[in-house]
Amino acid sequence: MARAAVPGRLTWQPAIVAATRAETATARTLVLDVDGWTGHVPGQHVDVRLTAPDGYMAHRSYSISSAPGPGRLEVTVQAVTDGEVSPYLVDVAEPGDQLEIRGPLGGWFVRRLADRRPALLIGGGSGVAPLMSMVRAATNPTRLLYSTRSPSDALFSADLATAEAAGGGRVAVTKVYTRVAPPGWPAPPRRLDADALAQVAWPREADAVAFVCGPTGFVETMADLLVDIGHDPTNIRTERFGPTGG
Amino acid sequence: MLTVHVEADDAPWVDGNALAGPLGEIMGTDLTVAELTCAGCRTTRPLAAMRVFDRAPGLVARCPGCEDVVMRVVRMTGRVLVDVRGSLIVSLPVPTA
Repeated sequence: MARAAVPGRLTWQPAIVAATRAETATARTLVLDVDGWTGHVPGQHVDVRLTAPDGYMAHRSYSISSAPGPGRLEVTVQAVTDGEVSPYLVDVAEPGDQLEIRGPLGGWFVRRLADRRPALLIGGGSGVAPLMSMVRAATNPTRLLYSTRSPSDALFSADLATAEAAGGGRVAVTKVYTRVAPPGWPAPPRRLDADALAQVAWPREADAVAFVCGPTGFVETMADLLVDIGHDPTNIRTERFGPTGG
Repeated sequence: MLTVHVEADDAPWVDGNALAGPLGEIMGTDLTVAELTCAGCRTTRPLAAMRVFDRAPGLVARCPGCEDVVMRVVRMTGRVLVDVRGSLIVSLPVPTA
């Protein structure tokens, strides 16, 4: 049987692990090669399915963290305690392994190239993964506010610095550390609050769109704060990953 | 058995984006951009913005406004059941070329 997906139908496709990159002690980026993959829209996710030797299957959704492109994509996975899928992806999978994916998925939490509005991206923890794809692909003014527990929990540190430097002022990254800040950091560890948000938010007349991704509580709080500081609620798009059963 | 580790500061739901795969597989289109009118409170939101409770035998989407159920998706052997009695209208964008 031909492996190519039937156009218009969403089917499971084989994906080969081409490489892996450790992001933190408990998170890893997997580079996946997929025949016939035509790219994605930043913000989309894929479902990843694993099959055990006895035929048992489990699947989970993971955001695509790479820039769009043919034939290859990257997903960034945070290992979840007692998870069924994520510990395998973070600790076990190695180059050459085959998984199955379906996607790209989701047409709502996406930043399309045709959308010329400036964007405020707000990520909590590993919720920064789909925002990383948006940052990499950014052709319009983009601000990222990234809340993370500590420097050792921060994903994409080098990639974000690279994107910011290469963006020619188009991309601005602000980090907030909630438990441990790096030595010499100007602010003590703190939760993201309305003040921090107001400092990076676009002025109301900029007609900016906001993308918020993270744990459910984080997303609810940030979406409420955005509305409080005057952001148009219809221009807020959210993605929650909830109590990760990963 | 799947063991779920629930973080203390986290709510037990994800959002409708999580239905993109399970529904796309059977519908052949992305239903997360469909707008659903809740039969409980009559507000209209994209399916992507509904709350989805996914740690159960089925997937249950609830309105974030009034918490009424707007959609249930249950997978059985060889069939997928979609219960939409909690939605008055399911409105989909016309596909573009």
